[in-house]
Amino acid sequence: MSEPIKKEKNKDSMKNIIVVSLAVCFVCSIVVSSAAVFLKPQRLANKDLDRNRNILEAAGLYDKASGQQVNIAEQFEKFEIRLVDLQEKRVLSDLEASDLGIDPASYDQRKAAKDPEISKELETAEDIASISRRARYSTIYLLKDDSGDIEKVVLPLHGYGLWSILYGFIAVKGDMNTVSGITFYEHGETAGLGGEVDNPAWKGLWPGKSLYKGDEVGLRVIKGNANPANSNFDYQIDGLSGATLTSKGVENMVVYWMGDEGFGPILDDLRS
Amino acid sequence: MSANAKEVLLGPIFNNNPIGLQILGICSALAVTTKMSVALVMCLALTFVLTLSNVFISLIRNQIPSSIRIIVQMTIIASLVIVVDQILGAVAYDISKQLSVFVGLIITNCIVMGRAEAFAMQNPPGLSFIDGLGNSLGYSVCLMVVATIRELFGSGSLFSIEILPLVTNGGWYSPMGLMLLPPSAFFIIGLLIWALRAWKPEQVEEPEYEIGGHTALSKV
Repeated sequence: MSEPIKKEKNKDSMKNIIVVSLAVCFVCSIVVSSAAVFLKPQRLANKDLDRNRNILEAAGLYDKASGQQVNIAEQFEKFEIRLVDLQEKRVLSDLEASDLGIDPASYDQRKAAKDPEISKELETAEDIASISRRARYSTIYLLKDDSGDIEKVVLPLHGYGLWSILYGFIAVKGDMNTVSGITFYEHGETAGLGGEVDNPAWKGLWPGKSLYKGDEVGLRVIKGNANPANSNFDYQIDGLSGATLTSKGVENMVVYWMGDEGFGPILDDLRS
Repeated sequence: MSANAKEVLLGPIFNNNPIGLQILGICSALAVTTKMSVALVMCLALTFVLTLSNVFISLIRNQIPSSIRIIVQMTIIASLVIVVDQILGAVAYDISKQLSVFVGLIITNCIVMGRAEAFAMQNPPGLSFIDGLGNSLGYSVCLMVVATIRELFGSGSLFSIEILPLVTNGGWYSPMGLMLLPPSAFFIIGLLIWALRAWKPEQVEEPEYEIGGHTALSKV
């Protein structure tokens, strides 16, 4: 402020403008890129850990609320990860998966859905879950008991709610019909309304419900409370109050992914 | 000097609150105040960005050409915000997921730009640091008050610890859904500003114009 006028003039010279802007850009880019590079492994590890934790949670092997310390990596080892072909509607063997050059453990279904080679565009009529494109391959997580029978299978789900696509997992028991749990690990629904899909009390309504009524997916998220006296009680989940569209979105994604275009035929396969 | 520094640090909390008086940074105050833990992390992130941006801008204030000063300020602020976002993703993954885009939006938080332009460009780094801290405190006080009210009445809890047992969990409290939606923060901030100005009447602005007298024909 009290600097001589000569210096003021210097400050605004073309040379100074270029020098200052280059120097600022240089320093800032170094700071930003080093932060990104140094923290990237940690960020990716966190993301994987969060996803694996959700798979465990869906299968009922991890309970956040109880506060117990569970070694997620160790628990996750129990799962057998398999690649499924949704177009040919069957589970692929490890050999077939490696022939495709896909490692089931690190396969990114979201990225694959953008690749025209291994995904397909959905027609409006069949696009129940409003996801526009569906990847051809998906991963499922099998939990086997000591005798080698499938105890539970965890399947990835995604579909549009009110504001965003919800990503989650649903776990189905060995009869391939009874729900064992559901979780969502990524969504942008309104906190406190649609965001209540994360509420343990609501997620607690899912275990024990049945998916299939005859050949169709019979499970519905209804408005209000399901009445135990109703004959359809086993197929009904209470809707989230104040979040009709999110509830509908969850229903749609279950109907789509458990249906014929999703994992329906795969579950039939595993059942027999 | 020390009296000045104290005024710079404490002034923004009540006398010159960035949200209450300067009406800056309202957007994030609406968005991230549904839960106290999320609001707290937002306050820490803003404190980090605001103090450091003030210091760095103040350090080079005599070199910054006035024709590109806003761009230089933006570059520094944006870099700091990206660093904060990266750190949060690495150390506090759950909360960074809840904050989502709002960490990125600190770049456009008017408080940061406002303090850079109004204070750091004219004052030495030490004092600018204190000014950044003071304004962050003012912002944080306001945000935490709003978050306390919203979480208590909207979810019946504070820092996710249940205070009022909810009907859905077998208690008696039926939560106010409105408290979880952004408009409620508008009402609460409005009431806070009212309370602040009732307590410190010197903050009330002069009306820009007076409504004129009644000019219609009076009773004949």
